[in-house]
Amino acid sequence: MKDVASQIRQGNRLALSCLLTWIENENPEGRAALDELFALTGRAFIIGITGPSGSGKSTLVNRLAIQLTGSPQTPQSVAVLAIDPSSPFSGGAILGDRVRMRDLMEHPEIFVRSAATRGALGGLARAASEMVLALEAGGFDFVLVETVGAGQSEVDIACLAHTTLVVEAPGLGDDIQAAKAGILEIADILVVNKADKNGADTAARSLAAMLEIGADAAGLNREEQVTWKVPVLKTSALNDEGIDELVAAIRQHRTYLETSGEWQRRSQIRLDDLFERLLREKLFAEWKRNIQNRKYEQILGEIHTRKISPYQALKQFRA
Amino acid sequence: MKQKIRVLIAKPGLDGHDRGAKVIARALRDAGMEVIYTGLRQTPEMIATAALQEDVDAVGLSILSGAHMTLVPRVLELLKANGQGELCVFVGGIIPDEDARLLRDMGIKAVYGPGTPTSQVIADLQQILQPA
Repeated sequence: MKDVASQIRQGNRLALSCLLTWIENENPEGRAALDELFALTGRAFIIGITGPSGSGKSTLVNRLAIQLTGSPQTPQSVAVLAIDPSSPFSGGAILGDRVRMRDLMEHPEIFVRSAATRGALGGLARAASEMVLALEAGGFDFVLVETVGAGQSEVDIACLAHTTLVVEAPGLGDDIQAAKAGILEIADILVVNKADKNGADTAARSLAAMLEIGADAAGLNREEQVTWKVPVLKTSALNDEGIDELVAAIRQHRTYLETSGEWQRRSQIRLDDLFERLLREKLFAEWKRNIQNRKYEQILGEIHTRKISPYQALKQFRA
Repeated sequence: MKQKIRVLIAKPGLDGHDRGAKVIARALRDAGMEVIYTGLRQTPEMIATAALQEDVDAVGLSILSGAHMTLVPRVLELLKANGQGELCVFVGGIIPDEDARLLRDMGIKAVYGPGTPTSQVIADLQQILQPA
């Protein structure tokens, strides 16, 4: 495809789609197109949706995306990046988020792209950050990023999104689960989905109690007041309940971000993160090219046979 | 990063039998491909939209309803209108030989009936899609 960057600027969706593939494949043409488009990025509102498998993230995204398009007279555009895991054995993947997003297929303002993790472990696809840049260049007002089913430590989404929703469902754990570090801590908004099921109130209460303790502890440690109080909302994506309230909370969080300076800070963290990753990859590749032929493999071999420890191996490379 | 083959597996029309589609999706996954699975009861429009947004290399249509001579040409027409007329499209299901011939004439790369070994589908896709 020729001159992808200018076609994307003109709103060509096939060109955008093609660029996303190039980015995933780390194709140099993709990087060149992003060079041209980079100045157009930084305007979209990026919303992360994470939480355990089966909590209803995809179904919720289906409702949320439609709600965010707003009034048909002045619709807003929404891109969805839906991530599912790659097989660690074959490298293949089944990307099934579209099954729950069928309402989005016939909506002209909504663009859905599925991506496989391709070896990344933090809950996102390897190239998620760059794919979001491409979607921003495509002119979308909102970019929703749905992570893989996340357990406790897949927290990368918090460095990419402006607003992170953590979606839980009733019956997934008691209050000690709620007290553990990790995914719950990154929530800007906590959602108890499947509120039509038994136990939703209990789940919402124990999450709210956990947040209370957290807020107290933060007050002890910091001088400034915590100005955003994480709301706990109940939704039933299946029955389309609680979605208006969720959208209202998302809009409130955006106002908070903009008035507190957090918007800018989070937008920068994301770019810092991306640059650091690219730099690390580049330096490692260059370094590896410059060391003696086979030395890397030799030293790995010595570690395998327990001749030297990994720390001793590091010293051998210092020179 | 090595390029991955991306395949859309879709079920157009109204029949609710998705076992075959799921078996193929799983087999292609195990062969290292990325499979976008859309679920049941897709319209040709939904399938063409998904193919465009996902930038797939191939589209597999599973049809057991007998409506293949209506659904398949419509999908091909929409893909073409979207600028994806060159995509590799294959069909699986209960397709009479005579219809299979007609579908191939329309540009369908392969038609697979019941009992086709998944290894054959994988081999065909790899041969068609991987640059020599």
